[in-house]
Amino acid sequence: MTAMTAPDKRDNAPILSVRDLKVHFPIPGKGPFAKDRPLKAVDGVNFDLFPGETLGVVGESGCGKSTLGRAILQLIAPSGGQVAWLGKDIVGIPHRDMQPLRRDLQIIFQDPLASLNPRMTIGEIIAEPLVTHKPELGKDEIKTRVKRMMARVGLLPQMINRYPHEFSGGQCQRIGIARAMILEPKLIVCDEPVSALDVSIQAQIVNLLQELQREFDLSLIFISHDLSIVRHICHRIMVLYLGNVMELADRDSIYAAPRHPYTKALISAVPIPDPEIERNKERIVLTGDLPSPLSPPSGCVFRTRCPFAQEKCATDVPTIDRVSETQEVACHFHDSI
Amino acid sequence: MTTNHILTVENLSTRFQTPDGEVEAVNNVNFHIDPGETLGVVGESGSGKTQIFLSLMGLLAKNGTSTGSVRYKDKEILNLRSRDLNKIRGVSMSMIFQDPMTSLNPFLKISRQMTEVLVEHRGMSEADALKRAIAMLDRVGIPGAAQRVHMYPHEFSGGMRQRVMIAMALLCDPEVLIADEPTTALDVTVQAQILDLLRDLQKDFNTATVMITHDLGVVAGLCDRVMVMYGGRVVETGTVRDIFYDSHHPYTEGLLKSMPRIDRANEDSMFAIPGQPPNLQNLPTGCAYQERCGYVMDRCCVERPLLKGFGDGRASACFREDGQ
Ligand SMILES: Nc1ncnc2c1ncn2[C@@H]1O[C@H](COP(=O)(O)OP(=O)(O)OP(=O)(O)O)[C@@H](O)[C@H]1O
Ligand SMILES: Nc1ncnc2c1ncn2[C@@H]1O[C@H](COP(=O)(O)OP(=O)(O)OP(=O)(O)O)[C@@H](O)[C@H]1O
Ligand code: SF4
Ligand code: SF4
Ligand SMILES: [Mg+2]
Ligand SMILES: [Mg+2]
Repeated sequence: MTAMTAPDKRDNAPILSVRDLKVHFPIPGKGPFAKDRPLKAVDGVNFDLFPGETLGVVGESGCGKSTLGRAILQLIAPSGGQVAWLGKDIVGIPHRDMQPLRRDLQIIFQDPLASLNPRMTIGEIIAEPLVTHKPELGKDEIKTRVKRMMARVGLLPQMINRYPHEFSGGQCQRIGIARAMILEPKLIVCDEPVSALDVSIQAQIVNLLQELQREFDLSLIFISHDLSIVRHICHRIMVLYLGNVMELADRDSIYAAPRHPYTKALISAVPIPDPEIERNKERIVLTGDLPSPLSPPSGCVFRTRCPFAQEKCATDVPTIDRVSETQEVACHFHDSI
Repeated sequence: MTTNHILTVENLSTRFQTPDGEVEAVNNVNFHIDPGETLGVVGESGSGKTQIFLSLMGLLAKNGTSTGSVRYKDKEILNLRSRDLNKIRGVSMSMIFQDPMTSLNPFLKISRQMTEVLVEHRGMSEADALKRAIAMLDRVGIPGAAQRVHMYPHEFSGGMRQRVMIAMALLCDPEVLIADEPTTALDVTVQAQILDLLRDLQKDFNTATVMITHDLGVVAGLCDRVMVMYGGRVVETGTVRDIFYDSHHPYTEGLLKSMPRIDRANEDSMFAIPGQPPNLQNLPTGCAYQERCGYVMDRCCVERPLLKGFGDGRASACFREDGQ
């Protein structure tokens, strides 16, 4: 079986369609009469996600990855745009209508231990979504399902009455995955699920997520700053910079032939664990730091660090252009650079 | 015997007393480093990487004690009194810490934090010390150093703060620079800048550098020799080429195989080392890696493999080396 063949998307309708999604946080201005200033954490994001597909979301710290993930799940109220889940817009729908949808929409977090309630046993933690969403289930049935899921994610079922602090980071992440999977959801937003783990444990968790994906036809949004892992697990990749999409493409295109200057720099900056290759590869080293998200550059938001920036970049916002069947790029000069 | 080792560590062991018993964080570690050389130290979280260097800098937590020998040039420095250690620490030997905020005082301007050591150890005037601080900030790529030197740590971004830390560590032209995960908290584009900076500095100053990291890509790009730690012990050492192209220890081999690579299209699933890292509080009898090792033999569970050299500074701690 070839796990990494992208699902044949054309056969299916997207499970999720995000259109012009915006999240602007109001930041109080300085001084008594100053107006709030918007921090545009996510500023007009578009994409479709198909059943069984993994979309990677990458970019530097503060570029809006977590905010995007949460806004999709309506854990943060979007400031604008649509999030169509199975064809229906869920932005701003009443809590009572949202609640049943949560069964299909789950999330796992970066810090495994901090995201688990220290006073609950892991059995109670994993059972919680079942108790909320399927109150009709009896105690024994819940316990059976919890134990089955524990075994599935590689936890010994006899550990059901232990507390989170008794587990290692990797095991805590398995607990988080078991809780997210217990309702057999259709989509899981994974927010840096392996960033806090050792290399040897990262691989275990990535393999587990891929197995679960195949078994349950899960869709995943995989948020990460590690472009090597993303290459391994994702079918398509979205590159964010200051809340804007720079490039969106399938995996093979983006790694073999990145088209946006930021994507190129990002990929070339990742160290390769091979001395010969790492010491001889060509690198694009960006100068400077990320600008403040409160006063993003005019025109192209990347222009203050872009080695190819020209006059037009300061005045005109680039549109996101489809450069091939599978690749979209937001740069005025993607044809010439 | 004369060597040109700038730092020589012999039989270094570090233990912590805790309410649950003793933790053997560092066990019988030996290594040396020469001027201009970069030594990479890799291993899983909790394998003892940081504690080796806190021990030799005399910065251990109160419940920790070290035994063995650490020589700076010819001078024994392990367990030296603070007063004597301070003549070396931060002057001839500096450390960049895992978390920049632990070594920057949030309430003091950068200028104050940087000039102090120069005035104290180099007998510089305040004015000269400030000039040198600004020059050093400039050297590590902080724009507007003359103004920024008067700012507080929180007014810098993560990448800038890391540069400040490097500038501080280099103020007195140390002969040994110990960098503990100096780029782990940074974005890759900023990491690339800092690694370039460290490479340049090495060329300019011939500093002996220790690079503690979990990122084998960083080691591949920067280090001359590598020391691999597991469960508080060194399990393999060699040149960077030895380690990457001809590793001998099963843990090193597993670590390299489980690294995802950005330059490769993927196979079906990732190679993963099974199981969990060992608990230092009750290490198994025999080899600490036995529960995760694909080559485990009966002998591994009763006897502990010693680090054995096999020429050219190479060594590995595994019974497979005995040709069994
Ligand atoms: N509740 C909030 N109020 C105000 N600003 C916020 C809030 N949450 C996030 N931000 C800001 O929005 C921007 C995007 O933050 P977000 O956490 O989504 O980034 P990220 O890409 O997930 O970063 P990281 O890689 O560090 O996790 C940042 O500038 C952040 O400071
Ligand atoms: N003050 C202390 N008391 C008890 N145990 C300690 C103390 N400080 C460190 N340890 C233990 O010593 C061991 C080695 O710690 P060390 O900080 O050297 O790990 P490391 O290899 O640097 O890991 P990381 O990659 O997470 O930084 C760990 O198991 C740690 O829990
Ligand atoms: S639009 Fe201009 S500044 Fe933006 S990425 Fe393209 S060349 Fe660079
Ligand atoms: S000594 Fe035995 S268990 Fe340890 S690494 Fe070697 S083969 Fe594996
Ligand atoms: Mg985040
Ligand atoms: Mg450490």
